[in-house]
Amino acid sequence: MEIIQVVGFGVIAAVSVLFVRQSRPDIAHLLSIGAGVVIVVYVLGYLGMIIDVITDLALEAEINTVFLRTLLRVIGVSYLAEFGAQICRDAGENGIAAKVEFAGKIIILIMAVPILLAVLESIINFIP
Amino acid sequence: MNVLRVDLLFQIVGIGIFISVLNIVLKQAGKEEQAQLLTLVGVVIVFLMVIQLIGELFYSFRNIFNL
Repeated sequence: MEIIQVVGFGVIAAVSVLFVRQSRPDIAHLLSIGAGVVIVVYVLGYLGMIIDVITDLALEAEINTVFLRTLLRVIGVSYLAEFGAQICRDAGENGIAAKVEFAGKIIILIMAVPILLAVLESIINFIP
Repeated sequence: MNVLRVDLLFQIVGIGIFISVLNIVLKQAGKEEQAQLLTLVGVVIVFLMVIQLIGELFYSFRNIFNL
């Protein structure tokens, strides 16, 4: 049922962006950003529920919460970086989009370092 | 869950159309500067609305992914 709302909203947004682009291209770009953000904010509610379920399962499985927290942060950063890069690409700024993605990768690498060290330590412990 | 806010979308479209129509009227009346300023005002208003939306997106992202 929700998908019908989202698809309808997307079609309306696309048509209205085309309509506004004739006279005011800058407002059209802002309109496309706004439409994208509204859809994502709408879906984020459900995403929150899914993530709560995953964290509950992880707690039952006694997985170290640090790993899960880092994993969730990496997912969040990657999505936001892709979101920003896509907005820049819509505006025709491929250079800026590439820089945003590059920054996102660096931030993810920084977050992944502690996990990398933990894995290496556990491997070293295995070696007799 | 939060609902799809179509009204925001139509508000922005309305502002866009209103600005372009007023621009044409001002150009007819020969007031070029006012037309330019009006365009700026329109873009700023729409920008503020979109920035509020993006702020809300970032806020909910921080909560969900505890970034």
